[in-house]
Amino acid sequence: MNSHNIMFIVLAVFIALSSFMTVLTKSIIRAATYLLFVLLGTAGLYFLMGYTFLGSVQVMVYAGGIVVLYVFSILLTSGAKDVVNNRTKKKVFFAALLSLVGFATVLVVLLKHGFKAAVLSAPEEGGITIDSVGRFMLSSGQNGYLLPFEAVSVLLLACIVAGLLIARKR
Amino acid sequence: MIHLEYILIISAIMMFAGVYGFLTRKSTLAILLSIELMLNSTDINFAAFNRMLYPDGHEGYFFALFSIAISAAESAIAIAIMINIYRMLKDISVGKLEKMKW
Repeated sequence: MNSHNIMFIVLAVFIALSSFMTVLTKSIIRAATYLLFVLLGTAGLYFLMGYTFLGSVQVMVYAGGIVVLYVFSILLTSGAKDVVNNRTKKKVFFAALLSLVGFATVLVVLLKHGFKAAVLSAPEEGGITIDSVGRFMLSSGQNGYLLPFEAVSVLLLACIVAGLLIARKR
Repeated sequence: MIHLEYILIISAIMMFAGVYGFLTRKSTLAILLSIELMLNSTDINFAAFNRMLYPDGHEGYFFALFSIAISAAESAIAIAIMINIYRMLKDISVGKLEKMKW
C-alpha cells in the first residue's frame, strides 16, 4: 500500500461521491459546484496516470472555463432558485432502473473481458511529454494531427461567431 | 496495484450518474451538467486505455485532448441558446419549451 494507491482510492471515492451529488442535489448551483469537484478529481486521475499535460488542460479548460461559464449562465437565468423537485416518482424510478441496468451490464462486460494484467505503475511522464505533444499536433506525417488541429481551430472560430450571433440582443 | 478495471469502474459510475441526471432533471442547464459528466467519463476511458494497454501509442491521449476542446465549444453554444431561451420565455425548464421558432 504505497502513496500511489492511497491517492487513487481517495480520488476514486471523491469522484464517485461528487458525481452522485451532482445529479442528486436539489439546487442547480450546488450541482455545478459538485461537477467542478468531479472535473478536478478527473484531472487528478490524469496526473496519476502520468499525463500531466492532459491534466493541466482539464483543469484549465473544464474547471477554469466551462464551470465558470455554467455558474454565470445559472445566475443570468436566475436558475439558482430553480429547485428541481417537480419530477414524478415513476419517472425517477424508471431513470434509476435504466441507469442501474446499464451500469450492471457495463460492469459484467468489463469484468468478464479480462484485460491482460494491466497495472498502473508509479507516476512518470507516461511517454508523452509536452515536446512530443507539440510535434504530434503540428506534423502532417504518419502520426500527425495537423488536420484535426486545424479543424478544431475552425470549429472554435465558428463557435465564437455562433455564440455572439445567438446570444446578441435584438 | 491499480488495475485497469478500477479506473473503468469509476468512469462507468460517472457515466450512469450522468444518464440518471439526464433523465430526471427538468432544467436544461442541469441536463447540460449531466452531459458534461458523460463526456468526462469517456475522456477518462480514452486516457486509461492508452496509458495501460498501449503505453507506446498516443491516440487515446489526443482523442481526450480533442474531446475536451469540442465539449468546450459545445457548452458555449448550448449556453448561448439557453440565454436566448430565457430571454424569450423567462424559463429554461424543458416542459415550457415547445417551439423552436422565434
